[in-house]
Amino acid sequence: MAGGNTTQTLSSVRVRRLIIEQSKRAHVGHIGSALSIADILVALFSGTVDAETDVFILSKGHAALALYCVLAELGMISHEQLDTYCGDDTQLGVHPDHTLAGITFSTGSLGHGPSLGAGVALAKRIAGKPGRVFVLMSDAELNEGSVWEAVMFAGHHKLDNLTVILDNNGQQALAPTAEVINLSGVDRLVQTLGWESLRVDGHNVDALTAALAAQIPGRPLFVIADTVAGKGVSFMERQVKWHYLPVDDEQFAQAMGEIG
Amino acid sequence: MRKQFVSTLIDIANHDDRVVLLTADLGFMVLEPFAEHHPDRFFNVGVAEANMMSLAAGMANEGLIPFCYSIATFASMRGYEQFRNGAVLHQLPVRIVGIGGGFAYGTAGPTHHALEDIALMRVQPGVGIIAPADDGQVDRALRDHYARPQPMYLRLAKETASHPELDGRFRWGRLEVIGDGDIVIVAIGSMTGVALEVRRQLQAAGIQTAVAVAASIAPAPTDDLVALLSSKGACITLEDHRPIGGLGSLVAETIADHGMGVRLVRCGVTDPTGETTGSEEYLRRRNGLDVNGVMAAVRRTGLVPA
Repeated sequence: MAGGNTTQTLSSVRVRRLIIEQSKRAHVGHIGSALSIADILVALFSGTVDAETDVFILSKGHAALALYCVLAELGMISHEQLDTYCGDDTQLGVHPDHTLAGITFSTGSLGHGPSLGAGVALAKRIAGKPGRVFVLMSDAELNEGSVWEAVMFAGHHKLDNLTVILDNNGQQALAPTAEVINLSGVDRLVQTLGWESLRVDGHNVDALTAALAAQIPGRPLFVIADTVAGKGVSFMERQVKWHYLPVDDEQFAQAMGEIG
Repeated sequence: MRKQFVSTLIDIANHDDRVVLLTADLGFMVLEPFAEHHPDRFFNVGVAEANMMSLAAGMANEGLIPFCYSIATFASMRGYEQFRNGAVLHQLPVRIVGIGGGFAYGTAGPTHHALEDIALMRVQPGVGIIAPADDGQVDRALRDHYARPQPMYLRLAKETASHPELDGRFRWGRLEVIGDGDIVIVAIGSMTGVALEVRRQLQAAGIQTAVAVAASIAPAPTDDLVALLSSKGACITLEDHRPIGGLGSLVAETIADHGMGVRLVRCGVTDPTGETTGSEEYLRRRNGLDVNGVMAAVRRTGLVPA
């Protein structure tokens, strides 16, 4: 189970630097998605997620690099392990593998996380076990029908131990989400289906932490985190191509300079 | 078999509070007794099989043993990727309960005919596949194996069945063999009744056969098949399933892998998809899966008079 260590201070800057470094070293893309969720992960793993009782599921598995960097910063995996990212015979592929410390579920196919999370949340209720379930998903995942099956189920069963965080970066693999399937009214949709919906700046760690602390009896929590794909590197921000591309030497230097 | 499944599961759940039953809105007049005995462990998830498979994986990861109930086609196919990436990839004790393998839903038509479910499950690593021949096997298989750590697919016929020759025997990864002879008929599920009738008719004509019930399709009864077939003249496989990927393939692979020379005739569903529909009896007859059809297959071995 992934969990935060409250004695360790996670830094968004450090996580972003690691993302760029590892992506450069491994010559692998998905940088934009990883930078998009960096602050959400920092908020989650700076005390929100209880390592003993809670379960975290990265439904948008393609952003696993950000999670690996957080796990390394927390000491749950070593930095030597992090350096195996996308090598041969590694547990650190582009998408997360449950055999790695800190990963509960392997993901990579979109739209599975909310259902898995609802199952864990329901099982905890049946067994009378404490703990919350956090699912981090992309806005493009809302296209998957199974997401709505899970949203309906969790709302009906009042799974208030379940929290979904939407990485609302407005961008998907081929185009802006608003041009593919416009779901700008998702907050009203989930509320209608029995959820509590909150909207928050997805790059403000304090605001995220406060939003994630909200628990409303009888209502699962849906946190819409407004984010920017590629956040922190000017030439990557809101650019579809940085869903795919690795960085060259010049871009690497500029990116590290901007992150600080 | 459905009612036996529910009755046995209620009993198991009385003693093991890890057992939960999920249904994708099917099981009218079948599942109610479980819901009455264990209302806190019964969930109609709605018509949402994909969600049911991932819910089950999440629940199993927390230590529960979820049974996911639906008609065999929907249970095995609608949430297939969720099953693959969830229960299979994480090797979690999720049980898919597919009702009405083959043509059991007859006139309901091709959307309800499960003719490739075993093939789909066989290609997934580490999945137990159980297709009991009768209520006794349902009971034995469930009681002995419900708590195994890996995922399972149970293919259950709708109607009740009882074959006294089996006496409720079921063993994981084994065949249950009835009688002996130079011709072996290997059957699964409710095709066992046809196999036993063919055996009776041949016996009346002075021809001895063995009927091998392959209720444990995975793990495959490989050792038993090799031991049984190595000295026999012919083998007929009998399944209400496509001949590709199911029992016929399993036996053919075993024969090839072990360099055996036994003659094999595979009986399965060869109709083009959706060409016609009708009762289970009619559809079996069309595909040579009734007693006459299987007798014709036996004659094709050349070991009995035409």
